[in-house]
Amino acid sequence: MFDFVSFIPRAIMQGIPLLYGSTGETLTEKSGNLNLGIPGIMYVGAISGVMGAFFYETRVGAANMKGFLAVAIPLCCCLLGSFLMGLLYCFLTVSLRANQNVTGLALTTFGVGFGNFFGGSLIKLSGSSVPAIVLSGTSSYFRKTLPVSGSTGWFGKVFLSYGFLAYLAVLIALVAAFILKRTRVGLHLRAVGESPNTADAAGINVSRYKYVATCAGSMIAGLGGLYYIMDYTSGIWSSDAFGDRGWLAIALVIFTVWRPNVGVLASFLFGGLYILHMYIPSGMNLAIKELYKMAPYVVTIVVLVLSSMRNRRENQPPASLGLPYFREER
Amino acid sequence: MNNKAHTPLFHVSRRAALPWYGAWGIRAAALIIALLACALITNLITGLNPLEVYATIWQGSFGSARRTWVLFQNIAMLLCVSLAITPAFRMRCWNLGGDGQMLIGCLATTACMILLGGKLPNGVVILCMFVSSVLAGAIWAAIPAFFKAKWNTNETLFTLMMNYIATQLVAYYIIIWEVPKGAGKIGIINQSTQAGWLPQIGSYKYLLNILIVAVVCVLMYVYLNYSKHGYEIAVVGESERTARYVGIKVDRVIIRTMFLSGAVCGLAGMLLVGGTEHTLTTTITSGRGFTAVMVSWLAKFNPIWMILTSFLLVFLERGAGQIATSFGLSASYADILTGLILFFIIGSEFFINYQIKFRHAAGKED
Repeated sequence: MFDFVSFIPRAIMQGIPLLYGSTGETLTEKSGNLNLGIPGIMYVGAISGVMGAFFYETRVGAANMKGFLAVAIPLCCCLLGSFLMGLLYCFLTVSLRANQNVTGLALTTFGVGFGNFFGGSLIKLSGSSVPAIVLSGTSSYFRKTLPVSGSTGWFGKVFLSYGFLAYLAVLIALVAAFILKRTRVGLHLRAVGESPNTADAAGINVSRYKYVATCAGSMIAGLGGLYYIMDYTSGIWSSDAFGDRGWLAIALVIFTVWRPNVGVLASFLFGGLYILHMYIPSGMNLAIKELYKMAPYVVTIVVLVLSSMRNRRENQPPASLGLPYFREER
Repeated sequence: MNNKAHTPLFHVSRRAALPWYGAWGIRAAALIIALLACALITNLITGLNPLEVYATIWQGSFGSARRTWVLFQNIAMLLCVSLAITPAFRMRCWNLGGDGQMLIGCLATTACMILLGGKLPNGVVILCMFVSSVLAGAIWAAIPAFFKAKWNTNETLFTLMMNYIATQLVAYYIIIWEVPKGAGKIGIINQSTQAGWLPQIGSYKYLLNILIVAVVCVLMYVYLNYSKHGYEIAVVGESERTARYVGIKVDRVIIRTMFLSGAVCGLAGMLLVGGTEHTLTTTITSGRGFTAVMVSWLAKFNPIWMILTSFLLVFLERGAGQIATSFGLSASYADILTGLILFFIIGSEFFINYQIKFRHAAGKED
């Protein structure tokens, strides 16, 4: 019998970083910026949070940490780090009108390097024997669950057993969906992504919308990195631990056809596909597990192809995605 | 009442085309500023004085004969992938799948070496390696191209996903072919018989690869600039509608170009496995497919300039790696410096394409 009660929480925990990443990237793409720097930004978000937590934890000692500060310091560091990355991307692509693909890839190179470099330096600083930073003190605050989650059986396990960042991810995704779909700001943002010329003519400040959406998107994506380290791995940073989840988050944006609210369930599905290989009984055949790991990517391709085949207007990417906007060019 | 309209301090306008030395002058200036910034940061982290930073970078690349050969081998591999993706880029088809196409070429080569090595004469094995790796890479690229041509499926993300499928496929075969069983890696293939190893020229292990890539570079230059295909690619890249109007079959051009793109990536994979590494890992391409995007773009998709830009990136990577090892820093230091330099060069493109007019200058024009 397939063990759903243990599978679903793990799938959701895998899905949360992807949800953060894809919500952030959706906002960014709606403004017409294709930010391929998301994997790097998630690394930077994670390591910034880790650095904040590390210095707080070593300064005061794990025993007398204040709960509020233990959460607020990593959170602020993470937001600041990913905000700066978003700002850099915007400055290059919006103000200097650089090519978005190249800028994004450079940002990813830089971000992943930044994460692993400072991660490596902290490991050396902490003088630990294993190549990892362990922040169990901070992590215990991030992992705090509702007190009733232990006593409510399978219901508690499936719905209540997560840290606050997991619920925040769902909340942010729903709020983002609401803003995009139902508010004037969202309408303007979509206009900027679809046709910046028209938006500009209508008096919308194109650059400002692009800046705000991309920076906000980066900050949301950065939280995904923080969640992964503080909650999913219980506060253990090791080099390259985050892996290729950033790219998967970008894939998820297409999978959800640019709708953050769809992203909530889709990210859990992706999380499930990501860990499916651990749950399919394959005996001693290790090789076949590697093939199961293809699942999320294959599914993304299928969705990509199907949505382009059906060619429905509401399922298409923003029309000016990836193109720089220059007012004097018509 | 304030009747005066607000005049901004400066405004930006598009520049008429700069002469080539102007453009490259700006890029060189950006590079110099970037190198200064790198020296400053290295100085802050390691306390090394800036001149020594450059000396260490130089040491890392040209410090010994072996290092110089490794440098040129790495340049050749990066250049090969960059050349491969360039035709697609000229067509504005963002092939981010260079990594996967190369990896699948590596896999095909490995398969030939393991399954045919020793059973067929060495020349035949190498021929099989060549054909299969080129075909594998080409097919890997043609799949996204087919959907792009037929239904305009987004090729950036499609090729990106194909990278991971290739990685998992390689991981699968590594476990099947692992030596010894349970080791999780293949090790050096055919170490005793050297079946399927590309021949060495004299005592220079890397020379053959470098020569092959040099030939590919020249061929690609000619193909892109002096052939009918190259012209069609340029037209499709500029405007698909124009291309259709003048009777170019756009979907066929897309598939053909991506096929070529993947084929050269596959060739790069064969050179990597058959020529130097003689083994297969999932990270054997070390992200060259992505670095190649930047190499190609920095050179404005011109194969000859790409020699320079790939040299620049590999040189920095090796140099920063040297700084990292001699100061016990993480090897990722190279990525940080590379990223930093790229930011500067990417930013400098603005000053090539646009000019800033300040208010007082604009006033004089009236």
